[in-house]
Amino acid sequence: MASLKQSWKDFWRYRYLLQNLITRDFKLKYRRSVLGVAWSVLNPLLMCLVMYAIFTSIFAGMRGQNIDNFAVFLLVGQLLFNFFRESTTMAMESVLKNAPLLRKVYIPKYIFPLEKVCFGLVNCLFSFVALVLVMLITRTPLHLSFILCVYPLATLFFFCLGIGLFLSATYVFFRDVMHMWEVFCTALTYASAIFYDPEQMTGIVYHLIHLNPLYWYITAFRSCVLWGQGLTGLMVLVCGGCAVFSMAVGIFFFKRNQDRFVLYM
Amino acid sequence: MSIIEIDNVSMRFNLSKERHESFKEYFLALAKGHLQFDEFYALKNVNLRVEPGDFYGLIGLNGSGKSTLLKVISGVYKPTTGTVKVNGTIAPLIELGAGFDMDLTARENIYLNGTVLGFTPKYIDSKFDEIVEFSELRDFLDVPLKNYSSGMVARIAFAIATITKPDILIADEILSVGDFLFQKKCEERMQHLMSGGTTVILVSHSIEQIERMCNKVAWLEHGQIKMDGDTETVCAAYKKTTK
Repeated sequence: MASLKQSWKDFWRYRYLLQNLITRDFKLKYRRSVLGVAWSVLNPLLMCLVMYAIFTSIFAGMRGQNIDNFAVFLLVGQLLFNFFRESTTMAMESVLKNAPLLRKVYIPKYIFPLEKVCFGLVNCLFSFVALVLVMLITRTPLHLSFILCVYPLATLFFFCLGIGLFLSATYVFFRDVMHMWEVFCTALTYASAIFYDPEQMTGIVYHLIHLNPLYWYITAFRSCVLWGQGLTGLMVLVCGGCAVFSMAVGIFFFKRNQDRFVLYM
Repeated sequence: MSIIEIDNVSMRFNLSKERHESFKEYFLALAKGHLQFDEFYALKNVNLRVEPGDFYGLIGLNGSGKSTLLKVISGVYKPTTGTVKVNGTIAPLIELGAGFDMDLTARENIYLNGTVLGFTPKYIDSKFDEIVEFSELRDFLDVPLKNYSSGMVARIAFAIATITKPDILIADEILSVGDFLFQKKCEERMQHLMSGGTTVILVSHSIEQIERMCNKVAWLEHGQIKMDGDTETVCAAYKKTTK
């Protein structure tokens, strides 16, 4: 209990650092680009336009017959998956990238993966402007249940943070993790029901998709925003459970190894 | 009560003969039984007491463990064995500008580095002019730091790190940067902090500087404290061996 209080005090002291690091990342991301912040809306919009074009023409048969509003369907999947991939990848490299700093000043080390996942979330929130735009264009009816989408988003944040903590600690000792994670994420793209209707699958593929936590986060989000059905008990359970499990593993692993980081950087 | 209590501290590093940075290498080495390290003690059974108000100097040759000791005190390294107890806030001046992002401007870096050291933005706001004044770089505030000379970076860094009145100031050869006028200014600032009750630990290769500023000195050799005590005796003994 005492150590928990101490950790909180530590975190509270460095909250401004967290805020400053996020601002820095944001500033540097758009410095010297003419359109600046507008890119965080344009980028996902254009990306999805490409995907939309492909999956309504070349691979039109792949997505299944039961998706009414494919544009929004696709965009939700794409945005949430991007948040996951971006934040975990950035978090993975964050501790090692800040080695020069960590070797000289005492800072709680988890600040860096935490900052990257927060930055990912900020980016994701900005890209929701694109989602709103597409929903307006396609005249998607707005249901009151859309407020509930905060739940899958918040739990996804902690899910990413747990994985980010785990990966960043592993990455200090083994640089292979980056390449493995890249490949793994690509594989995961196809198993997350981003651009097809998962219900049309049968057999082992169906079960594989349902074992993927991201499928649940994305589906829960769609259920709130697109279908207006809110959350089922199972969704609440799976999204929350995965977040708690990921955080537990991430924190445990990070804490166990963080004192050895400086010796390997 | 001592402000810093270092009890029996040892710091061990594994100097791996080959670095295993990939799984394959690691497991291959593990399978062959080659996974061995040269153990190296950067610090060995170090005991040190620093009293409030001390101006403590650390001397020794390169690689004697001075910087490692500073990093153990400031919490960057966790000692392999032994305990370190610090009763107060620390302002570390170990390699200045550690928290700087070279792509950001000086103005942005003052805030970033300030929060790295644990200050609140409000506090930095109130001290902003003082920092700029001290570093004498008002005309360059909105220039990215990568265009600065190393002396200019050091000025800003020193100014930020010393705006607060910390209980303990840890300085690692920082005074060797900058021109002589600025060095003098830094010394004055440190003396000023001391008169306000700050304890200072200083590493320097300039024995004259140590003699001029410190009241106590510890002499490190191969990670062990060879001698510590008042400045005159230790410095005299140190100078004798190096001659």
